[in-house]
Amino acid sequence: MTEPTSPLRQALLHESGLKHATGEARYVDDWPAPPGMLVAQVVTSRVAHAKLQRVDASAALAVKGVVAVLTAKDVPGTNDVGPVIHDEELFAHDTVRFLGQSIAVVIGESYEACRAGVAAVKVELEALPAVLSIDQAIEHQSYLSRDHRLTRGDSKAALANAPVRFQGEVVTGGQDHFYLETQCTLAIPEEGPALRLISSTQHPSEVQTIVAHVLGWGRHQLVVEVPRMGGGFGGKETQAAPYAAMAALGALKTGRPVKVWLNRDQDMMWTGKRHPFKTRFDVGFSTDGQLLALEAELFADAGFSTDLSRAILDRALFHIDNGYFIPDVTVTGHLAKTNLPSNTAFRGFGGPQGMAVIEDIMSRAAERLGLEASALRRKNFYGAAPRNVTPFWQEVKDCRLERLFSELLSTSEYTRRLGEVAGFNQAHRHAKRGLAITPVKFGISFTTSFLNQAGAFVVVYADGSVQLNHGGTEMGQGLHTKMLAVCAHELGVRPERVRVMTTATDKVPNTSATAASSGSDLNGFAVKHAAETVRERLRPVAAKLLGVAGDAAKALVFENGRVFLPSTPAQAVPFEKVTHEAYLAQVSLSATGYYRTPDIHFDRATGRGKPFHYFAYGAAVSEVEVSGLTGEHRLRRVDLLADVGASLVPSIDKGQVEGAFIQGWGWLTCEELRVDDKGFLRTHSPDTYKVPAFGDAPVDFRVALLENAPQDGTIHGSKAVGEPPLMLALSAVAALRHAVSAFGKPGREVVLPMPCTPETVLFAVEAARRP
Amino acid sequence: MARRAQLGQSLPPMNTLRFNLNGQWIEESGLAPTTTLLRYLRDVRGLTGTKEGCAEGDCGACSVAVVENGPDGAPAYRAVNACLLLLPMVQGKHVVTVEALKQGEAYHPAQQAMAAALGSQCGYCTPGIVMSLFEATYRKDLKQPWQLDDQLCGNLCRCTGYRPIRDAATAVAGTCPKDAFVAALPASRPTSMAFHREDEGQLFVTPTTFDELWAVLDEHPDARFVVGGTDLSLEITKRFQVPPRLISLEGLSELHTLREGATHLLGSGATLSELEDFSAARLPPVHRMLRYFAARQIKHRGTVGGNLCTASPIGDLPPVLISLGATAVLRSRRGERRLALEDFFTGYRKTALEPKEVLIGVEVPALPPTTRAAAYKVSKRRELDISAVSAGMLVEVSAANVVTRARLAFGGMAATTKRAAHAEAALLGQAWTEAAVELAAKAMANDFTPMSDHRGSAPYRSLVAANLLRGFFDETSVTPQPRLAPGHAATVLTHEEVRHD
Repeated sequence: MTEPTSPLRQALLHESGLKHATGEARYVDDWPAPPGMLVAQVVTSRVAHAKLQRVDASAALAVKGVVAVLTAKDVPGTNDVGPVIHDEELFAHDTVRFLGQSIAVVIGESYEACRAGVAAVKVELEALPAVLSIDQAIEHQSYLSRDHRLTRGDSKAALANAPVRFQGEVVTGGQDHFYLETQCTLAIPEEGPALRLISSTQHPSEVQTIVAHVLGWGRHQLVVEVPRMGGGFGGKETQAAPYAAMAALGALKTGRPVKVWLNRDQDMMWTGKRHPFKTRFDVGFSTDGQLLALEAELFADAGFSTDLSRAILDRALFHIDNGYFIPDVTVTGHLAKTNLPSNTAFRGFGGPQGMAVIEDIMSRAAERLGLEASALRRKNFYGAAPRNVTPFWQEVKDCRLERLFSELLSTSEYTRRLGEVAGFNQAHRHAKRGLAITPVKFGISFTTSFLNQAGAFVVVYADGSVQLNHGGTEMGQGLHTKMLAVCAHELGVRPERVRVMTTATDKVPNTSATAASSGSDLNGFAVKHAAETVRERLRPVAAKLLGVAGDAAKALVFENGRVFLPSTPAQAVPFEKVTHEAYLAQVSLSATGYYRTPDIHFDRATGRGKPFHYFAYGAAVSEVEVSGLTGEHRLRRVDLLADVGASLVPSIDKGQVEGAFIQGWGWLTCEELRVDDKGFLRTHSPDTYKVPAFGDAPVDFRVALLENAPQDGTIHGSKAVGEPPLMLALSAVAALRHAVSAFGKPGREVVLPMPCTPETVLFAVEAARRP
Repeated sequence: MARRAQLGQSLPPMNTLRFNLNGQWIEESGLAPTTTLLRYLRDVRGLTGTKEGCAEGDCGACSVAVVENGPDGAPAYRAVNACLLLLPMVQGKHVVTVEALKQGEAYHPAQQAMAAALGSQCGYCTPGIVMSLFEATYRKDLKQPWQLDDQLCGNLCRCTGYRPIRDAATAVAGTCPKDAFVAALPASRPTSMAFHREDEGQLFVTPTTFDELWAVLDEHPDARFVVGGTDLSLEITKRFQVPPRLISLEGLSELHTLREGATHLLGSGATLSELEDFSAARLPPVHRMLRYFAARQIKHRGTVGGNLCTASPIGDLPPVLISLGATAVLRSRRGERRLALEDFFTGYRKTALEPKEVLIGVEVPALPPTTRAAAYKVSKRRELDISAVSAGMLVEVSAANVVTRARLAFGGMAATTKRAAHAEAALLGQAWTEAAVELAAKAMANDFTPMSDHRGSAPYRSLVAANLLRGFFDETSVTPQPRLAPGHAATVLTHEEVRHD
C-alpha cells in the first residue's frame, strides 16, 4: 500500500486512545494534588422553594479540618453565574428556588471534614409553594419567557380546509447527561493576584468570564485550562461555571489550591438536564398523506433560571419541520419556570424535542390514514421551490433526504424486511416486530450568530515539531484528532510530529463553547489559516534550499515531512531542515488563525433569517421486537446513513454517529427522570437512572457515511456530526409504534408517550389490544 | 492505638492489611479498614487510572482485577468494582490495576484492541472496560454470545454506543495468550484472609473458623455481617456512614460450598458467579435468573447469603429459590436449624435469623426434568437493573395433565418475596391448560397489592405478574425448563424462547 499523503480522510485512531486504555490520560480529578490543596462540599437547599431566613456557619467553622465557609456575603464581585441573562445566583441569598441550590460552600482539608462542616451549617428556611412540572407552570402562569414564534402562510385557514385534521399532545422527557466524569475544577493561586483553573468544561472562556465577574477581576487575571473531559454532551457548557467559581473563590479566600468535585448523586441532583417538553398540536393532511398545515404550542421546562433556555427553545422551533415542507405553519414556544435545576444544553439543544413532535405526527398520520409510513414521510420532504422554505424563511438548498432515503431503503432491504415483519407478526401472539425509517435535517451554526467564530495558534519549533493550540475542547468527540489531521495536512508533516495542546484561554482567547456541533467547522478553518500562514512563510525558505526561483516556488508541495516540486519528488528537503533554516533566517514560526462563519443572521422579532450556514442530514432504519407481556423491547437491527459531507476523519465520524444514536435511544426509551412532589429527584444515580448498557446496543448495527457528498463552504467539504445523529434514534420510536400497532386493529392511532419504557409500551399494547 | 481483643486464639490476631498490588506486597496498618480499594488506589497510591464514576458498582469505571480461585479451582483474574471493596476484602490477595497492564513498551491485547477499535471516546470509562476485557482475555468458559454481554454490562459507556467495544471484546475474549499474567497466576493464589482490627471504636474481623466467629459474636453480638460488600459498602460510599462493627464471613471456607446431590447445597458464601457456573446444568431457572441479575463485577462479589439476608422484596434469588422449594440452613453455637425459605423472610428487610446466628446456605431439591420451572425478571433496562417484578414458578403436571404442585413466588409485589396463594390454588387440581392459567392469572389480583415507585406503577406490576404466568405456560409448553437463549440480550418471553405460538 502506498503511504497516504495526508492524515485527512484516513481511518485515524483517537488521538488519546492508547492513553485512555492505559489509564495515563489525565482528567481534572486525577491531577496530582498541589501542596496544601483543599477540597469542598456545597451546602444546598433541601426544599424546592423557600425564603432563606438565616445561614449560620459558626459551628461549621469549629469543625476540625474546616478552613472556610463561604456564602453570598463573601463574593467580592457579583453573586451571579447566569451565562446570558443574569438570573442565577452563585449562592442563594434570600430565596432558594430549587432543591439542591447552592447556599454556601465548605472548604476543608478533607471530604470528611467538609461533610461534617456541611452538617454543622445551620440553614433556616421558610417554605414557599413550589412549581414542579410544566403542567403546574401552565396552571400558575409561571414563565421565564413567552411567545417565541415562527410563522409562514395562513395556518388557521389551511387547517380549516384540511381534509384530514387532528389534534394531540406530544411529551418528551428530560435526560441526564451522565458524562462518566462529573463536574470538577481545580483552582490554583498564582502571583498576581491571579488564578489558574484546571476545569472540566466545554466553555473555558465563559468559565473565565463568569469567574472574573464573581471575583470582580479582569479576565487577564485568570487562565482556564481544559486537559480533556470525561464526556460533556452539553452538560459542561454553562454548568461547569458555578462550581469553578466556588473553587476560585475558595482559592482566593484561603490562598490555597481548592478543588471542587461533585460526586455522581450531587451532579445528578444539582445540575441541569435536557429540557422536558410538552407540545399541543393541530395538524392538517390530505387524505393521501400530504402535510398541509401545522399549529403547535411548545412548553419547555427551563427550571429555575434562564441559562441557555431561550436558544434551546428557539432551536426546538427551528426543528419542528425536521425535513418536511409545511405550507402553512405557526409554532409558538414558552419557557416554563419551575422550581427545578436549570435545564441546559444537551446534544441537539432543543432540536430533538422539536423533531420528536413532527415525527410523532408523521407516525400518527400513517396510523390514522393506513398509509405505509416511509412513503408518507418521503412525500413530504423539502424539494424544489416553492417547497423549499422553512418556517423561519431560510431556503433549503441541496436537500439530501431523498438521496439518503433512497440509498438506505435499498441497503437496509427495507421492503423485504417489512414483509418479514408482517409475517412474524402474523405468527406470534405475544411478540411483535416493528420497522421504521426516519429522516434528520439539522441546522448547523450557533443561532446566536456572533458566536460563530474561532481561533487557533500554531507553534512550529526549529526542529520541525509542532504544537497545535485551538479554541475547541476535547470531550471524547475526537476534535483534537481532526484538528491534528487538518494541521498536519496543511503543514505537510506527519501526524506524530504534531502535539495537540491543552485548551487554554491564554493561548487562544475569547473562544465560543465547543458546542452546537461546530467544533470542527469553526476551529478547523482557524487551524487551517494559522498553519497556512506558517507554511507560506516557510515556502521561500524551502525554495531557496531547493534552488527553486520565482513563481516556481508556488508549486512546492509540503507533504509527509518533506518539501519538493511535484515534478522532482526525489529531490525533497526535509521539513525540519526548512524550519531550522527559517529560524536562522529570522522567520517567525508561529501564527494565529481566525475564522468566522459568513452570511448568517436571524431576526428574533420577525422570526425570519438565515440562522444556519447549512443543514446536516441523515436517515435511520430501526427494527424492534416488543414483548406484549412485559413491554420490554430490543433493537434487532439498526442501519444508519449519515451525511457528514466529505468526512475529515471517517473513523471518528462513524463513532459519533453510532454513539449519538444509542444516546438518543436512551433518551427515548430507558432513561427516565422521576421528581417527587417535594421536588426531589428520585433517580439520582445509575442505580435508578438507567442509561443504555452494553447489551442494549444492537449486534446488527450497520453504520455508513454518505459518500461523494462534499459540502460547499466548509472545512475540506466536511459537515458537522456531533448532534444530528442523536435524532436518528427517533426511528426506534417509530418502529415501536409500528410494533405496538400490530397488537391491534389497523387504522388506529397508537398512544405511546416518550420515554417508551417497558411500562408505557405495555400500556400502549393493552390499549391497542382493546376491541 | 490498637486494642487487641482476647479472642481468636486459634490464629494470632492479624491487624495489618497485607495484599499484593501490581506485583508488590503491600502492608498497611494505619488505614481505616472501611477504606475502599478505590480511594486507596487514587488517594494513597496515586494510581488514578482507576476512576470513580458512581461509587455504587453500577458504572464499572473503577474495575480492577483480583485473583480468585476459579470454578476449576485454578486461580483466575476476576474483574471487580474497587469502589465497593473494603481493604480487608483483598487481604492476602493479588490486585491488578490498569497501570500494570502495559509491560514495558508492549500494550496488553485488551488495550490494543480498544484503541484499534476506537473503543474509547472520552476515555473515562475505558480503564474499567480494559479491566473487564482483561478478565475476558483469560476466560476459558466463553461459549455463548450472551456471555460477552454479561462480561461487559457492568461497564457503562456514554460515548461510543458500545459497537466498537463489542469489536474489541470479540477480538480478545478467550484468547488466553501465554503471557506474563498467565505465568504469574499459579503464584498468585489467594492466601488467608484472616484479619482482626479493633481501634477507636471500629471493629473489623475476618474469622477463619466458626469458633473464632462465635467468640467474636459473644463479645460483639451487635456486629454486622458482611461478605461481598456489594450492598453494605453503599452505606460507606453513598451515605458516608461507617458501620462501627463488621464481621466478614468471607474467611469461612465452608460457606463457599456448592454441593451437588438429591438436595443441592448452595453455601451462603458462594458468589453469584460461582452459582452461575454451578446452576447451568443443575438448576436452569436459577441460571437464567443470574443472567439478568447483576453485572459480572458484582456477581464476583455478591453472594447467595448476601442476597437472601438483605431480605429485600426485590432481591432476585428469593423468588426463584422459593419456587424451587428451598430450605434455609441456619447455624449458631447452639447448633443448626432449618426453615422453609419463605419463612426465613419475616418482613420488609427482616429475616428469621436470631442474634449470633448465621445463614449457612440453602438446600434446593434437585429438579426432575419433567417439572416445569422458570424464572423471570422484568426491569426498565435488561441488564444490571433492579426488578420491577421478578418471579420464580414451578408447576408439576401429572400424566393426566392435572396440576399436582404449584409454587409461584414473586418479588416486587409486596413487602417481602411472596407466593401467589390464590393463583396457586386456582391451578391445583385443574387441567394445565390456557383456560386454567387465565383463571389463575386473574386470581392473582387477590394475591398482591403492589406499590408504585420509579421502577413501575402498581397497575404495571400487577399486569406484568399475571402476564409472566401466561408466558410461563407458553414457554413450558415447549420445554419444561426453558434455558437461556444463547443469543444476545434477549428480552424474556419473546420469540427466542417462545417459538411455537
